[in-house]
Amino acid sequence: MADAELQTDLPDAPADALTTEDLLDIYATMLLVRTLDERVWAMNRQGKAAIVASSQGHEAAQLASVWALRKNAPDFFCFTYYRDLAVTTALGLTAEDSLRGFLARDGEPLSGARQFPQHGAAPELKFINHSNVIGTHVPQAVGWALGAKMRGEDTVVACFFGDGTTSQGEVHEAMNFASIHKLPIVFFVENNKYAISVPMSRQMAIERYALRAEGYAMPGTTVDGTDVRASYQAASIAVQLAAIGGGPSIVEFDVERYLPHTSDDDDTVYRDPAEIEQARKRDPLEKLHALLSGTGLLSEERDAAMKKRARDEINVATDSAEAAPFPSDEDVFRHVTSET
Amino acid sequence: MAVVTVIEAIREAMREEMARDSSVFVMGEDVGRRGGVFLATKDFLDEFGEQRVIDTPLAEASIAGIAVGAALSGLRPIAEVQFADFIWPTVNQMIGEAARIRYGSNGKLNVPMVLRSPYGGHVRGGLYHSQSVESYFAHTPGLKVVAPATPYDAKGLLKAAIRDDDPVIVLEHKRTYRSVRGETPDEDYVVPIGLAEVKREGTDVSVITYGLTLHYSMQAAAELENEGVSVEVVDLRTLRPLDTETVLESVRKTSKVLVVHEDNAAVSVGSEVSALIAEHAFEYLDAPVMRCAGPEIPAMPFAPTLEAAYMPTAEKIAAKLRELVAY
Repeated sequence: MADAELQTDLPDAPADALTTEDLLDIYATMLLVRTLDERVWAMNRQGKAAIVASSQGHEAAQLASVWALRKNAPDFFCFTYYRDLAVTTALGLTAEDSLRGFLARDGEPLSGARQFPQHGAAPELKFINHSNVIGTHVPQAVGWALGAKMRGEDTVVACFFGDGTTSQGEVHEAMNFASIHKLPIVFFVENNKYAISVPMSRQMAIERYALRAEGYAMPGTTVDGTDVRASYQAASIAVQLAAIGGGPSIVEFDVERYLPHTSDDDDTVYRDPAEIEQARKRDPLEKLHALLSGTGLLSEERDAAMKKRARDEINVATDSAEAAPFPSDEDVFRHVTSET
Repeated sequence: MAVVTVIEAIREAMREEMARDSSVFVMGEDVGRRGGVFLATKDFLDEFGEQRVIDTPLAEASIAGIAVGAALSGLRPIAEVQFADFIWPTVNQMIGEAARIRYGSNGKLNVPMVLRSPYGGHVRGGLYHSQSVESYFAHTPGLKVVAPATPYDAKGLLKAAIRDDDPVIVLEHKRTYRSVRGETPDEDYVVPIGLAEVKREGTDVSVITYGLTLHYSMQAAAELENEGVSVEVVDLRTLRPLDTETVLESVRKTSKVLVVHEDNAAVSVGSEVSALIAEHAFEYLDAPVMRCAGPEIPAMPFAPTLEAAYMPTAEKIAAKLRELVAY
């Protein structure tokens, strides 16, 4: 999808712009997330991490969304999915927290290492990512928004999911309800054009998902999700709309998936390497680096220091997580009901 | 003490809880101006307003899913599925999600919601307005499942369910709605989840049952009394967690057990009750555990002759009891 074809149906409201400081913070977070993502993928190949789903190619859209919530919503809460490492990291999940999850170690904060990595809940960090069943969190996010509205809170709910999830019937039901009740929610669709192996052409007969927004009488936009500033602008407008009682919107990010669906997948049987090569030219990390260095905001020295800091942090976190024990088997019967 | 029907008891339970706690609200198909197809929420819209009495689109999966999310956010939703036959789209949210969220979040989250639904047949409901759905939910750790049969239990258990911090499936037998009357106290009370009740004391044989077949079992017990047989009738009331102790106590007393329910027998609540008795009270038994349950056909048919062939009636229960007593 070329940028010229992208359409924006959202109202043309001004967003609180990203500052230089914001862009550098986003770059630092993106470096950390990319380094962590590469590390856990390597640890999977070493036999240390049982399952990994990569966020590589999605990071700009995810970080722009979090910054849009922070800077434009009085309060917010996120329902995320399994490919949202940059969202969870930006919300405060540390590299060691995540690594304990990938290695299923004691002290993993989201589920006590009961669930796949990144799954469970951190309400203290404003996110829930409970299920491995795609789309189940979309009506739940709408329910959370209903609760916030009923209590008169000024919370904006952000619900993240991929293009594959858009095919679920519950997603349609949830969006319909959200629009009827003008709930304060934004649906962030990270469209990497593949539902595991199934391409867009076999997922929907329309060119871009956001076209469905019209059927729900909500604004929908498709934006280059590898571009931090464009993503931030689209996300911010949707967040602001939700915050002032204008109801839900769909923000579809056109992103890339550089790695197989998960570490258990083999994408060589369904993707042309040339396609991935082409997609690499849109690498959100490279694009942000080019933006910052090209405008003189990031010197080579500072860039090298930031990369080293990210590597050091991941190294320390990896050692610490690897040294942690597995959970005690006594934990297995706990938290079934309020009585246990 | 007022004498009310089951549906009136249910309505009162919800009205009192909504008046007591502003986080309680109802959502479902036709619950607003229509007051629910069985009038469970009659006049609620006028009393509590459309913020707390939400008419939903005809979409059961999201009725459950939105209730799960609202419960996660701290509210106490009562979601109504109009007929239990329509409950299958909610399985993803109730069994897949609500039941597992406390566990999957290591106790960080909980889902204090109620999903109410009229179930069961013998009302000429045919395949899609008669189903017994309890076993699917009672199988699932993390859920609580209640199936009250009297106005007192319906009101008390529904109140307990609304106040519970876990997801509770409340199954209301639709034939009891207007046909069963009974007293309920004027003052506030709950029936604790997880407690069975001996509805009739006896010494010769125990019937373990719940739902509509409680009433048919009571009729059969009265009939057997005329024949000189003393039948004890245990109403499970809660299907998960099962009150094992009350069941075993009755078995130890009578040494003969008939398990009765409308649901078909295979992999059912009766299967679990029978297994528990075999495991924990084998040496007290003077006869094999017998069952009187719905047949192994997909659902209760519409024609009166076919419906009668399905239903475990007082006559069928009495016949099984005579067989058991004669063993």
